[in-house]
Amino acid sequence: MDMHDAKRVEIIIEAVMEKRLTKLLTEEGVTGFSVLPVKGGSGRSGQWSRQGTVGRADGMSAVVCLVKPERAEALLEAVLGVLTRHIGVVNVTDAKVLRAERF
Amino acid sequence: MGSILDLAAANLLSPIILSFALGVAAALARSDLNFPEAIAKGMSLYLLFAIGFKGGASVAGHGVDALLIGSLIAGVILSGLIPFVAYALLRVMTKLSALDAAAVAAHYGSISIVTFVAASSVLDAQGIGSEGYMVAVAAAMEAPAIVAALWLVSRSSAGAGESGGMNGELMREIMLNGSIVLLVGAFLIGGITGAEGKAEIDAFITAPFKGVLCLFLLDMGLVAGRGLRNAKGTISTALIGFGLLMPLIGASFGLATGAVLGLSTGGVALMMVLSASASYIAVPAAMRVALPEANPAVYLTLSLGITFPFNLTIGIPLYIAVASTVIGG
Repeated sequence: MDMHDAKRVEIIIEAVMEKRLTKLLTEEGVTGFSVLPVKGGSGRSGQWSRQGTVGRADGMSAVVCLVKPERAEALLEAVLGVLTRHIGVVNVTDAKVLRAERF
Repeated sequence: MGSILDLAAANLLSPIILSFALGVAAALARSDLNFPEAIAKGMSLYLLFAIGFKGGASVAGHGVDALLIGSLIAGVILSGLIPFVAYALLRVMTKLSALDAAAVAAHYGSISIVTFVAASSVLDAQGIGSEGYMVAVAAAMEAPAIVAALWLVSRSSAGAGESGGMNGELMREIMLNGSIVLLVGAFLIGGITGAEGKAEIDAFITAPFKGVLCLFLLDMGLVAGRGLRNAKGTISTALIGFGLLMPLIGASFGLATGAVLGLSTGGVALMMVLSASASYIAVPAAMRVALPEANPAVYLTLSLGITFPFNLTIGIPLYIAVASTVIGG
């Protein structure tokens, strides 16, 4: 089976910034992404949990997308523009995909 | 004085306050009691719909008048004015930076809808009537404080360049915040359908209301307790002092405004509650977008961990008693 190289970009970002990020991904030509809920966690800003909360201020979202390796750097630079002043983590991992034409 | 103490005692021993206290105690004791996010959200949607609808239905009886318009305008002015007072007080009383002070000030100019709902519930229990459109005043008071705080930051030399500013996207998010849309929408539905509409869904929006409010306040207690537990070292004595003093200052603005407008005793009490309360839903989200460098632990803990419990336990009966004394009834 033919597998193709790709980069998996995972961005944990403040929930209030999620729409701005996904809008940027679309503008940067990312053909698809997934938004995953994050239940809670801990970091430099302390512990947090979504349990029982109704506001979005103290929540985080995970946005995951796959891109061709040659497009990853430009995308990350654009993402940094949204992330710079906010709480968040970006990680990039090597991945293999079955249908390269989709990315 | 006796009646104030009686009212305070009755309030402190009411199911809604005891539920809140249980939540705080459980969180501080590190119990695993918790509400899933979806349940909390569902309860808040129910409370917003019920309070909005009931307010609209009560307005349907006598329509739009000058007092309603005046109250809305006064609410907007109060919300825009109070952050300046809060900011000045914070800069004098505490060592907060201009940025953090402005972010905290925005919370105190805006309102806590749960405090408003709890106060409405206490007024109902006391048989004290109020203007139904105070719900609309509550919605009108959400956003101006945010604009005022961002202006304060833009004028501050320390904060210059730090504010993301009030762009169109942020303004749209604030104005179309889900809580405001539901509250105003339910108010309009109540206003359009009136007493007949209310009779149709009365069993849903009236009978379960207090029970749901108890559970929601239990959840709020858990969230507030967790916030207090995690905020050790963040909140100084001076900040606690501000969190207790500012609601009283806000309430006095509300009292003066309500009295000048000629609102009923219940209306004045609710205006005091709105002016005294601090936001912990709409404003924190707006601050995270516009002023991400401001410390959320400070404004969330102050708003939810200090001022909210104060208003719920001592503030509401105090404001009702003062309104009754000044306005009569």
